[in-house]
Amino acid sequence: MKTVITAFEDKMMTLKKQNQWDKIAFQDPKYSLSYQNLQRYAKSLATAILPIASKNEVVGIATNRGIHTIIAMLACMYAGTPYVIIDVESPIERIQKIIQVASFKLLIFDEANVHRWEALDGYPSIIVQDGCTLVIDEQGLEDRKKQIISTDPVYILFTSGSTGTPKGTVIHHQNIVNYIEWFTTCFNISDQTRFASQTPFYFSMSVSDVFATLFTGAFLYIVPKSYFTFPIKLFDVMNQMEINTIYWVPSAYQMIAQMKVLDYVLPQHLQFAMFAGEVMPTKVLNYWMDKLPQVSFANLFGPTETTDICTYYKVNRRFANDEILPIGKACENLEVFLINDKGELAAPKEEGELYVKGSFVANGYYQNPEKTKEAFVQNPLNPYYPEMVYKTGDLCKYNAQGELVYLCRKDFQIKHMGYRIELGEIEAGCNALDEIKTAFCLYNGQKDEIICCYVGKITQQDLNAKLQTKMPYYMIPQRYEVLSHIKLNQNGKIDRKYYQEEYIMKK
Amino acid sequence: MKETLLEILEELKPGVDYENETQLITRQILTSMEVVRLIMMISDEFDISISPLYIVPENFESVDDMVKLIEKVQDE
Repeated sequence: MKTVITAFEDKMMTLKKQNQWDKIAFQDPKYSLSYQNLQRYAKSLATAILPIASKNEVVGIATNRGIHTIIAMLACMYAGTPYVIIDVESPIERIQKIIQVASFKLLIFDEANVHRWEALDGYPSIIVQDGCTLVIDEQGLEDRKKQIISTDPVYILFTSGSTGTPKGTVIHHQNIVNYIEWFTTCFNISDQTRFASQTPFYFSMSVSDVFATLFTGAFLYIVPKSYFTFPIKLFDVMNQMEINTIYWVPSAYQMIAQMKVLDYVLPQHLQFAMFAGEVMPTKVLNYWMDKLPQVSFANLFGPTETTDICTYYKVNRRFANDEILPIGKACENLEVFLINDKGELAAPKEEGELYVKGSFVANGYYQNPEKTKEAFVQNPLNPYYPEMVYKTGDLCKYNAQGELVYLCRKDFQIKHMGYRIELGEIEAGCNALDEIKTAFCLYNGQKDEIICCYVGKITQQDLNAKLQTKMPYYMIPQRYEVLSHIKLNQNGKIDRKYYQEEYIMKK
Repeated sequence: MKETLLEILEELKPGVDYENETQLITRQILTSMEVVRLIMMISDEFDISISPLYIVPENFESVDDMVKLIEKVQDE
C-alpha cells in the first residue's frame, strides 16, 4: 500500500470481485453515491483538474457539507493536487487569508457556492457537478498516478493561528495510510461498518471516518449539522440507515444527554461510539453508558498534526462524574512521551508536555517555517541522529493505572465546541476594530465559554455584531465585560490571572 | 411571557432583532449549542421540562413560536 489512491483502488478491486460495486458508499439527505459512481465522478472531475493544476499544486474545495465534497476530495487525490476544505460558513476575510497562505491554483465549488463571493470570482474554478461529465482521461490519470509517491501531500488542514493567520498542517499519503491502518484494525472497521458522520470535513476528525470508509468499503451517512440541534430527526435517520458506528465530538454527545433524548428514542443498531476533539464530560458519558449498555465506547485523543489521533482509551470501566476519563495509550506504531519543564523525560507521576513520534506525524505547516520549527523538533531524548517529533503543547500525566490523562493546553489555545482556537486570534480580531482600545479573552473551561474583556467605545451588542462578520461562529465570545481600564501585572502585561479570578473563579 | 423570553434571548445572544426575526433556525442565527442553552434557560425560567419530541425547528423559529411551545408544555 503506497498511496491513498492505491489503497482505495485495491478496495475497489475487492468490491468488484464481490459484485459490490453498486454498494452505497456515501449518502447525504439529498443524494446517495455508490462506490462505482464515486470512482467515476472523482476520475472525471480529476480529468478536469489535470490541465489546470500540476502535481502538488493546491486546490480549494468550497462546497456545502455533502457527497460533492467527497467527490472533490477523491478527485484531488487522483489528480495529485493537495486540497484544502474551506469552511463555507466562515467570513470571506478568513477564507481569503487561507487562500493567501495556500496560494490556490484552482477552486472547486458546488452549485450552491459558486458565485457566493465576489472576491473569488476571478479564480480559475470548476463546479463539481459540471466536472462529473464522465469524460475520463484514463491515460492522463494513470501518468499522474505514477508520479505520486507516499510522501506527497494529500491535504492541508487549517487551524486557527495566534497571529491571526490560519496555520495549515500538511498531511501526506503515508500519514493517512498508516493512520487508517491503525484506526480500522483497532476498532474493527470493515465493510459491515455504517458510520454517521458528524464532524465537518475541514476538521481533522473527519479524516478517520471518511478515509476508513474509502479503505474498507464501509458506508458513511453525512449528517447535516442541524440534525444535532433537533435530535429526534437524527435518531430517526440513524435507525433508518442502520448506523452502527459513530465518531463525534463530545459536544454532540452532550447535547443529546442534556436534552435527555435517549429517554425517548434509542439508536437501535449502534454498537460502537467513539469521541475526540475535546474533553468528554464524564457525566455525559455515564448517561450514554446507562442508556446503551451494549455499546462500546472509546476516547480518542490527538491533534491535526498527527493526522487525527495519537492516543486512545477503550472505556473498560465506569467512572464517577467527577473523575477524568483517561486518554489511554499511544496508538500502535506510534510513540508518545512526556517532557517536563527542564526538558527531560517526566518522572512516572510528574506532568509534562506530550510529544509524539511516528508515521502519523506530519512534516510541518504550509508556508510557515517559523511555526513549523517551534512545533516539529528534534527528539530531545535523541542526541545521536536527526529524528523529528511533534510537540503537542498539551500537558498530560500518567494515572495510577498507567494510563495517560490530559490536563490542559500549555498555552492559551483552547478547545471550544470541538474547534481548536487560539484566544489570541479572537483578541487580534477585536483589537483590529477602531472602536476597541484594548481587548483580551478568557476561557471558562467548565462552562465552555469565551469571555471578551475590552476597553472601548462600543456596546456589547455592536461588538458582537461586528465580530460575527469577521470570524466563524465558534470563535464568537459568549460573554462580554466592559472595562474602564486594564490592570497590568508586574511585567506590564495584561494581568490575566487577576481577571481569570475576577470573572471565572468568583462566579 | 414574551417579555421574559426576549430577555432570555438577549442574554443568550445579544445583537439580534428577536422581535421581528422569524427564521432564527433556518437562517442559522442560533447555533446548535445556543439552542441547547436556550432550552435549558427556558426550562429553568418557566419551570417546565420540554420533551425532546417538541425540540423541532418549527418551535424555535420566532419568539411567538416559542411562546406557543411554552404554553403547550404548561397545559400538559
